[in-house]
Amino acid sequence: MGKTLAEKILSTKSGTDAKAGDIVVCGVDLVFVQDTTGPLTVRQFQEGHFPRLARPENTVVFLDHASPSPSSGFANDHLLLRQFSRAQGAVLSEVGDGISHQIIAERFAGPGDVIVGADSHTVTAGALGAFATGMGSSDIAVAMALGKTWLRVPETFKVSVSESFAPLVGAKDFILNLIGTLGADGATYKSLEFSGEALFNFNISDRLTISSMAVEAGAKVGIFPSDVVTMAFLDWRGRGKDYKALQADSDAEYERVLNIDLSQLEPMVAKPHTVDNVSPAGDVKGVKINQVFIGTCTNGRLTDLELAAKLIKGKKRHSDTRLIVAPASRDVYLSALKEGYIQTLVEAGATVTPPGCAACLGVHQGVLADGENCLSTANRNFQGRMGNPKSFIYLASTATAIATAIAGEIVDPREAI
Amino acid sequence: MKLQGRVFKFGANVDTDVIIPARYLNVSDPSELAKHVMEDADSSFVSKMKPGDIIMATTNFGCGSSREHAPLAIKAAGISCVVAKSFARIFLRNSINIGLPVLECEEAVDRTNPGDMLEIELEKGTIKNLSSGETFRAKAYPDFMLQLISAGGLIEYTKNKLKSAGKT
Repeated sequence: MGKTLAEKILSTKSGTDAKAGDIVVCGVDLVFVQDTTGPLTVRQFQEGHFPRLARPENTVVFLDHASPSPSSGFANDHLLLRQFSRAQGAVLSEVGDGISHQIIAERFAGPGDVIVGADSHTVTAGALGAFATGMGSSDIAVAMALGKTWLRVPETFKVSVSESFAPLVGAKDFILNLIGTLGADGATYKSLEFSGEALFNFNISDRLTISSMAVEAGAKVGIFPSDVVTMAFLDWRGRGKDYKALQADSDAEYERVLNIDLSQLEPMVAKPHTVDNVSPAGDVKGVKINQVFIGTCTNGRLTDLELAAKLIKGKKRHSDTRLIVAPASRDVYLSALKEGYIQTLVEAGATVTPPGCAACLGVHQGVLADGENCLSTANRNFQGRMGNPKSFIYLASTATAIATAIAGEIVDPREAI
Repeated sequence: MKLQGRVFKFGANVDTDVIIPARYLNVSDPSELAKHVMEDADSSFVSKMKPGDIIMATTNFGCGSSREHAPLAIKAAGISCVVAKSFARIFLRNSINIGLPVLECEEAVDRTNPGDMLEIELEKGTIKNLSSGETFRAKAYPDFMLQLISAGGLIEYTKNKLKSAGKT
C-alpha cells in the first residue's frame, strides 16, 4: 500500500515504515517559539534542567506577536527571550523582522522537512511540502532540547482541485469554503493533503494562505506536494538546494476525498465568532464595517499588498472605515515600498503598521471598540480575538477587504470593483 | 485518583482566546492566569466555581492557539477535570503535558446537566453522575500517553529519561 505525504515524510524522518495511527519519534528540522509562547517555553526548558539546545542554528525565537512591545510586561518577555537566545545561541528574529510563518517560508522551510513551533499556525509551512505543526510550550521545550519529538501519524483527507478561479476569487475563498464544508473540528487530528493538476493555479502565496488555515478545521497539517511552483519559489529565495521531489503515492490510502471545482467558488466571508460560520460575501452585503485589517500569516504578503494597492489606486477608504495594513515581513515591506504599493495604500487612507502579527491577536495596533465590526484578512474571528469580546470579526480575502474598505460596508468585490 | 465536583457546562468550539485571552499572555504565573480563566465567555465564572469543579463541553474544546496558558489557567483555577465530546489536538496534548486531566466521553456530556455532581476515577476512565446515578466510560488513552501522564507530564518524563541516560 502506498503512502500519503504525511506518511512519506514521517517514514523518512523516523526511519520507520510509518502508517496512519502509528506513534513515531522523529528528528525536527526547525523548532521555534514566538513572544507569547516563548517565555513559558523557556521556563519549561529550565524546569526540565535541559542543558542546551540540540541544534541552536535550527532553533528560532521570533518577536512578532506583540511587536514593538505595547507594555512593560511584553517588553520584559522580549528581554527574557533575547537573553535566552544569546545564552543558547538560538537564531533571534527581532521586532520588525516579521511574522514567524512568513520568515520560515522565505528562509527555512522546504519539502520533506519536519517543523514544530509553539504557535498553531505553524501549519503554514505545509505550503512548501513540510510536515509542520503547532504544539504547546512543554512539547517545544523538549523538541528544542532533544532535537526530536513524538508524533501520531495522522490519517489524511485528500482535497483534490480542478479548473481555475474566477476573477477576484482566490485562495482565501477556497479555504474559507473548505472550512465551512468540514466544520471547525471536521479535520481534527487529520492531515489535509492538497492534490490535483489545478494546484498549478496556486502560487506559493496562495498555498501559504491555504495551509495557514488548515488548523481552523482542526487539522494537524495542511500539506502541498512539491512541484515546479515550489522549485521556482525556492530558486527565487536563493534556496534551490532545499528542493526535493515530494508526491503522494497513487495508491495511498485516504480517509476522505473531497473534490473542489475552483471555477464554482465565489467570494466568501466567515462571520463572528467561528471560522466555519461562512457564507458568500453577497449574503452579508451591507454590514457596516468600522475597521478593515489587511495582513497576517494568512494574507499579509506582497501579492496581497499588490492586489490591495491596485484595487484602491485613485480611490479612498470610506470615511467611517479605518484601514490598517501590516506587511507580513521586512522583505514584503521593502518590496511593497519599492513597487509603490505602500504609497498608494497610504494615499488612499491606510495606516501601515510594522511587519508582525499586528492587530490579529488584539494586544496592540488596532484593538476594536465595544460593538465595532472588523473585516480582517486574518485566520481567526473568535470572540475577543482582536482584544475586545464585545466586538465582531468577519474574515475574508484581500479583494473583499479592500472593496469593503472603499464601500464602508461588506461588499462582493466582483460587484463593487 | 478520585475527583469529585460540580459541572459547569459549555457548548462547542470553546476556543483558547475565550479560555485565556491574549492580553494575559505576558503573565506566566499560573495563579494570575487563573483569575481570568473563561473570562470572555462568562465573566463571573471564576467567582462561581469552587476547587474540584468540572468543566464540561461539547465538541472541539480548546480549539485555536497553541498557548499552553489555556490548560495551565484551568488547572490553576482548581478545575479538577475537563470532560468533552472532543478536544482540539494541541489543547489535548498540552493538557496531558502539564497534568490537567481531560476525558473524552460523548454520552456523559449528553446525559449531564449543569450543576450535576460528578465523581471521576481517572485510572478506570469512569465518570459517575452522582445526581442521576448513571456511570459512563471515557475513551482510553494510547499507552504512550499514559506513560506521560503517570510520569507527571512531558517535562518530568523527559527529565527522568535524560537522568537515567546520564545526560544531565
